[in-house]
Amino acid sequence: MNKSEASDLNTTRAGGGTARAGPAADRRQSAEGEQGFRGYVSEITRKLRSGELGALPGVFSVVVIWTVFQILDHQFLSPRNLSNLSVDIVGTGLIAVGIVFVLLLGEIDLSVGSVSGLSAAVFAVFNVNNGVPEWLAVIAAVLVGAAIGAVQGFFFATIGVPAFVVTLAGLLAWNGLMLHVLGASGTINLRPQGLVYGLTNHYFHNTAAAYGLAALGTVAFFVTSYHDARRRRAAEVLARPLTEIAMRTGAVAVIAFAVAYVLNQFEGLPLALLIFLAVVVGLDFVLRRTKYGRKIFSIGGGVEATRRAGINVAWVRVSVFAVSGTLAALGGLFLASRVASVGQTAGSSILMINSIAAAVIGGVSLFGGRGRPWSALLGMLVIQSIASGMLLLGIQTTVQYMITGGVLLAAVVLDSLSRHSQKSHGRA
Amino acid sequence: MSTTPVLALRGICKRFGAVRALTDVELEIHAGEVVALVGDNGAGKSTLVKVITGVGPADEGVIEWNGRPVRIHRPHDAQTLGIAGVYQDLALCESLDVVGNVFLGHEICTAGVLDEVAMERRTRELELMDTLSIRIPSVRVPVASLSAGQRQTVAISRALLSDPKILILDEPTAALGVEQTAHFLDLIERLRERGIGVLLISHNLGDVKAVADQVAVLRLGRNNGFFDVLTTSQEQIVSSITGATDNAITHRKAWAWEAML
Ligand SMILES: Nc1ncnc2c1ncn2[C@@H]1O[C@H](COP(=O)(O)OP(=O)(O)O)[C@@H](O)[C@H]1O
Ligand SMILES: [Mg+2]
Repeated sequence: MNKSEASDLNTTRAGGGTARAGPAADRRQSAEGEQGFRGYVSEITRKLRSGELGALPGVFSVVVIWTVFQILDHQFLSPRNLSNLSVDIVGTGLIAVGIVFVLLLGEIDLSVGSVSGLSAAVFAVFNVNNGVPEWLAVIAAVLVGAAIGAVQGFFFATIGVPAFVVTLAGLLAWNGLMLHVLGASGTINLRPQGLVYGLTNHYFHNTAAAYGLAALGTVAFFVTSYHDARRRRAAEVLARPLTEIAMRTGAVAVIAFAVAYVLNQFEGLPLALLIFLAVVVGLDFVLRRTKYGRKIFSIGGGVEATRRAGINVAWVRVSVFAVSGTLAALGGLFLASRVASVGQTAGSSILMINSIAAAVIGGVSLFGGRGRPWSALLGMLVIQSIASGMLLLGIQTTVQYMITGGVLLAAVVLDSLSRHSQKSHGRA
Repeated sequence: MSTTPVLALRGICKRFGAVRALTDVELEIHAGEVVALVGDNGAGKSTLVKVITGVGPADEGVIEWNGRPVRIHRPHDAQTLGIAGVYQDLALCESLDVVGNVFLGHEICTAGVLDEVAMERRTRELELMDTLSIRIPSVRVPVASLSAGQRQTVAISRALLSDPKILILDEPTAALGVEQTAHFLDLIERLRERGIGVLLISHNLGDVKAVADQVAVLRLGRNNGFFDVLTTSQEQIVSSITGATDNAITHRKAWAWEAML
């Protein structure tokens, strides 16, 4: 609309007109140059140079860990072990997805472990001890998680208590409440063959399930990338070249079908993994493709800027803590399902530490505004692979903690370095 | 001008604890008029901007919009009226890219889903991106990696996007180069032709003389004179800024101000 006005300007203001035409024309040229394959490559190099490593360190860690453990013990990459791994990551992984949301705001939620334990206890007491229908008990447990998250978010967002302190108090209080709810009996065994029991024990034995999911994922990935690129080309903005899309789709297909093949060698597609993937894909969409998600990212990148843009910062913050509480409750149910009981050790602090570590190792920035739900999956894969390998080798958990701690430190160092280089890059 | 001003401030007061940042401030901005707000450091200019944009609402006083009193308690209120601001502390989101910042709070959606393609295309078409030749490597870089001038351009583009009736610019040329400033002043003239009221805060009296119709002087949080640019000398404005009454002092200070330009 303003192109005509701009050229108007150049003719009416004869003095500076010719001098100014130069850079403007330059600018248009560089805009066009950006659209080719070369522009795309330079975009990637720019990202790497300015420290946006994203998922690379996580993927690299998984490759190294799997290689090392496979050399040490040939059972490590067996279908049985990998299938179990894929189920073991789900409980803590769901909690970690909630942590991703909170970290994107640049905040922290230390209460997630205790909340997951409390929610599982609420479920067990309602369902097992009091005979409440299972679906109703599940809803109650999830609502407890959501409500706790919202309350903590309220104290943080509207009263201004640092999230660190609110959720630290929560960590203690909700753990105490869980022990109180569990009562004297201490441990409540879940009903076998029940809904929650099935969460981590049900497998789709038909091989078509895993392969079908792999095919669906691949096709969906291709269609969305292709559609996006076509729209971009039509609008003359930077688009992925077709060869790129083909290569990426190929990579997705290889990974998806390899996973499906391995899972089918054992019991088939685990229900837990299916649910986890659905949650990750769904929330990734919410974060990156909706206004709500954009608000979360923008608060993480600048609270004041977001407020001045007319966005209700407090509401977004409360809702994010509610999301974190909800996912903690869901994760708690999966963890209870895995051991078929809820005991006094449910919701330990190790859970909270692992879920935060998973998010950070997976590439979420502690400084807010950078990360994706996929990071939770990737980070959990790293952590759970270490745990599973150590278990196979018969090494004590003490060593496992030390190694996981080391990986976490490395991830945080990378995060800080990349933030530093991003700040200095191009600003000199 | 005898028409009703689009925006009028009456008796605005604002305190920060014991500090009286603004006392009984009056200001009027008409459609298609560029009002310059000048004053020494700490005079309360930025505070007044935040009052108008709802970022830091006034303690007392009335704000009138087209002659009717309105309440501006939050940024959202100002936006709904049609007030956009570029702040001295730029207020951009470090981790969002240029497109994300330009459209923050006004994202284009198709069926509830962010339409990145449409937003990116419109960002490229914005007049500033073109005429100011800011040479942003790509509209997809996070603003954290942009230079001060580039950030300023992003902030101004962002303000223009909402098609405001009143545009408030708090020292917008501070980080711009000579050529960019010239383009920017042209832009202000075009905005005036479109009937937008502009409140321009600047330390550069040369810029003020070049584009403003009216000059409002703020001194120690109070109004210290309104001038018509055409009929007022630079010295008069400077003495009003510094509050000097004595002639010799006025001249020396005026000289100092001119030396700064
Ligand atoms: N957030 C704040 N808290 C306390 N005092 C403030 C705040 N903002 C501004 N002030 C004070 O208000 C006065 C006016 O500041 P400001 O509006 O920034 O001046 P200007 O923009 O004209 O240089 C100054 O004395 C400043 O110290
Ligand atoms: Mg100021």
